Amino acid sequence: MVKINGTEKELAGMTLSAYLATTDYDPGQIAVERNGEIVPKARYSQVVLQEGDNLEVVSFVGGG
Amino acid sequence: MIQDDKLTIGGHAFDSRFILGSGKYSMKLIEAAVKDAGAQMITLAVRRANTKEQENILDYIPKGVTLLPNTSGARDAGEAVRIARLARELGCGDFVKVEIMRDTKYLLPDNQETIRATEILAGEGFVVMPYMYPDLNAARDMVNAGAAAIMPLASPIGSNKGLATREFIQILIDEIDLPIIVDAGIGRPSQACEAMEMGAAAIMANTALATAGDLPMMAAAFRQAIEAGRRAYLSGLGRVLTRGASASDPLTGFLRD
Repeated sequence: MVKINGTEKELAGMTLSAYLATTDYDPGQIAVERNGEIVPKARYSQVVLQEGDNLEVVSFVGGG
Repeated sequence: MIQDDKLTIGGHAFDSRFILGSGKYSMKLIEAAVKDAGAQMITLAVRRANTKEQENILDYIPKGVTLLPNTSGARDAGEAVRIARLARELGCGDFVKVEIMRDTKYLLPDNQETIRATEILAGEGFVVMPYMYPDLNAARDMVNAGAAAIMPLASPIGSNKGLATREFIQILIDEIDLPIIVDAGIGRPSQACEAMEMGAAAIMANTALATAGDLPMMAAAFRQAIEAGRRAYLSGLGRVLTRGASASDPLTGFLRD
């Protein structure tokens, strides 16, 4: 299982870019952290999701 | 705007001394708020992205406005560093407002963790603006850790209670050789003006505007108050008598000998 924003999904073996293509995330608006490390956008297609990975996908919202 | 009176943070010069928050109000009001506030810097937060179609807040922020992402939600230095790196990856420049809270009731910042995060992020090239409880020793540690400005709270976040920490903010203004930006708790333009009269370098406000009746009008009121306070500070305030009175009129007698 791969945890994405706290939810576990069966994604092991898939590239990050392939997973993102299945979602409604706007690639221009997000940043991705994998196991505590930033994944640069240029590497999305090379990163293969592994069993036990923990991903955070974030964007900007209003704040003070 | 006051001619040739720049606020410099991390080598970047600003004409405006009003940092605007973007939380708790419609994105559609951001442009008007920025314009009426005359703001050149706006804060943002980083959160887990929504997969449902959502509007991009960056589309609502006028070009040329410096983005100041915060690390709200961080409970320790490690989380703040992660959020700051994500914010930078989102492509908004190197500014970051470090905001670390362990306390969920009063939302008070954790100065010790904030010092640690400041040191790490400054080492990674961020322009670090730590939000802090106004304590001189902690502020000095933040300076040594590489902070570009210090952001002491006036009163608890979102409370609109004004300068509850007035005396301690004055100490920071007097002793710290970095811009002191009063953040959190400023509820009224008069309070912003008072902080500026004291020598604060700038004011950050969000809730005061978001909870006002007319947000852009309140943004304009804050702008005027901040500029008035700044002019008063630059002018040098008149003295206060300890006792008695001092006539403002010539003391030449007339109508009687």
